[in-house]
Amino acid sequence: MSEKVLMKGNEALAEAAIQAGCKHFFGYPITPQTEVAAYMAKQMPKRDGTFLQAESEVAAINMVYGAAGAGARVMTSSSSPGISLKQEGISYIAGADLPCVIVNIVRGGPGLGGIQPAQSDYFQATKGGGHGDYHLVVFAPSSVQELVNLTKEAFDVADIYRMPVMIMGDGMLGQMMEPVEFGAYTPREIPEKTWATTGTEMKRKHNVVNSLYITASDLEELILERQKRYDVIEEKEARFEAYKTEDAEIIVTAYGITARIAQTAVNKAREQGIKVGMIRPITLWPFPKKAFAELDTNKVKNVLCVEMSMGQMVEDVRLSLDCKIPVDFFGRTGGVVPTPDEVLTKIKALYEGR
Amino acid sequence: MEQVFKRPHALVDVSEHYCPGCGHGIVHRLVAEVLDELDIEGKTIGVAPVGCAVFAYNYFECDMQEAAHGRAPAVATGIKRVHPDKVVFTYQGDGDLAAIGTAETVHAAARGENITVIFINNAIYGMTGGQMAPTSLMGQVTQTTPYGRTEQNQGFPIHVCEMLSTLDGVALAQRTTINSVKAIKETKAAIKKAFQNQIDKKGFSIVEVVSTCPTNWGKTPVEAMKWLEENMLPVYPLGVYKDKE
Repeated sequence: MSEKVLMKGNEALAEAAIQAGCKHFFGYPITPQTEVAAYMAKQMPKRDGTFLQAESEVAAINMVYGAAGAGARVMTSSSSPGISLKQEGISYIAGADLPCVIVNIVRGGPGLGGIQPAQSDYFQATKGGGHGDYHLVVFAPSSVQELVNLTKEAFDVADIYRMPVMIMGDGMLGQMMEPVEFGAYTPREIPEKTWATTGTEMKRKHNVVNSLYITASDLEELILERQKRYDVIEEKEARFEAYKTEDAEIIVTAYGITARIAQTAVNKAREQGIKVGMIRPITLWPFPKKAFAELDTNKVKNVLCVEMSMGQMVEDVRLSLDCKIPVDFFGRTGGVVPTPDEVLTKIKALYEGR
Repeated sequence: MEQVFKRPHALVDVSEHYCPGCGHGIVHRLVAEVLDELDIEGKTIGVAPVGCAVFAYNYFECDMQEAAHGRAPAVATGIKRVHPDKVVFTYQGDGDLAAIGTAETVHAAARGENITVIFINNAIYGMTGGQMAPTSLMGQVTQTTPYGRTEQNQGFPIHVCEMLSTLDGVALAQRTTINSVKAIKETKAAIKKAFQNQIDKKGFSIVEVVSTCPTNWGKTPVEAMKWLEENMLPVYPLGVYKDKE
């Protein structure tokens, strides 16, 4: 399938997962990601896979735990309140070193919040969410095409590092239609799952999928081993896109759908002669620290972080810059989407205040 | 010389951590004997609970997964959907199965998930030191019911086999106990049937074993067995509640 097709984000994501070899999907209905489950329900039986609607998000993520532990490529998807419910299972999956893909099509919060697009789950996705010392790799696509590409890659990354990977979209990316191509992805090299519980066939010692280590020093040793893996990921997997940054005096930074809006504002500002560029983190964890740390402080006077939240990623931007460049924030929240003109106004104010 | 009694192959040769007089050791052995007799150890994947049997993954020779508290039937569902031709069982206590994991239990049963559930009902939380369980008896004194379980405060015990037997997806719901050689033999036969049902693709099978917890009941092993007979068996009558042919 190399020609372009017009698809809704949620459906394109589901198709990409199936093409990546995801044979099992466990979910629970919640707006605005329900099309993922609907697509899976229709396609999985025809394509040698399983779709199961669980009794709750808690059950769904634990079905993912079982299936991942049994060696399968498996995915679940939900939206913010449902992802909160899954945090128990996510912590256990991280603690048992199981690969899987978790999709969060983020909506406004806290609580029941709203059903409009938001980015207010950044802390939850990148700083833990569940209990314990662990990380998820978090991908933040900004177009339906990138959603497709990153979904395919997510399964490979999960298998390579034996850890859960989150695709963090938002209600807008999930609901909008864009042309996509499915042919482009080259799979990465995947290690064999010798640890999976597939039945011993009386040929090997039993495999145990587990996150319990009752001796403190054993648990510490395991966490330190896992941290070494995290260090490799921080080194190798951090990703961002730089846009018109070469001569920029102001850097706008945004991820996901907000980056599309910010990019329009950057283009408008360029038309008015303002030297502005954009850094778009593609991985939220690992955060692309170097993209910020290596900015030329003689040239770049301001960084503006734009989010659909009260300011969550901005903390990582500030930590990466280590106070070398002043960081401003602009955000809309609760499901309100910022306009390019609002962002442009902020850019102009910073430019005039230099 | 013929060896007439030995450790089942499916039971790992280690010292278990269970207290003297606890029923888990007996039931572990019965499960392992059944895995041996049906010759399914190599194709079985077990799911351990949270509670006293949390270390069951160290005691069975088959592949094992350790589930979060109460989630064993959901974890087993995930495994079974990946490996429909393998044998998948959960081993759970009363807090795990009938309190925090009620939803997972009921819905796995309602789906007729083709798995085997071994349920140990000893009317108390053992691992955390003797708190009220969903199956604690009326009036029973525990750490969290120091004045006894009352109708007004904690309500009534849950009868798992009776409740699940109303669901169409359930192939077998049987309650047994371990207070005599005869009872242990009956428990083993029920466990064997619960595994055979899965092999025959009959659906969800549960064996509830009424068991003892001398440590948290504050009794000797002998007293505990007597307490089980006098107090638990009248509330939890033994028998076959559902047997779908």
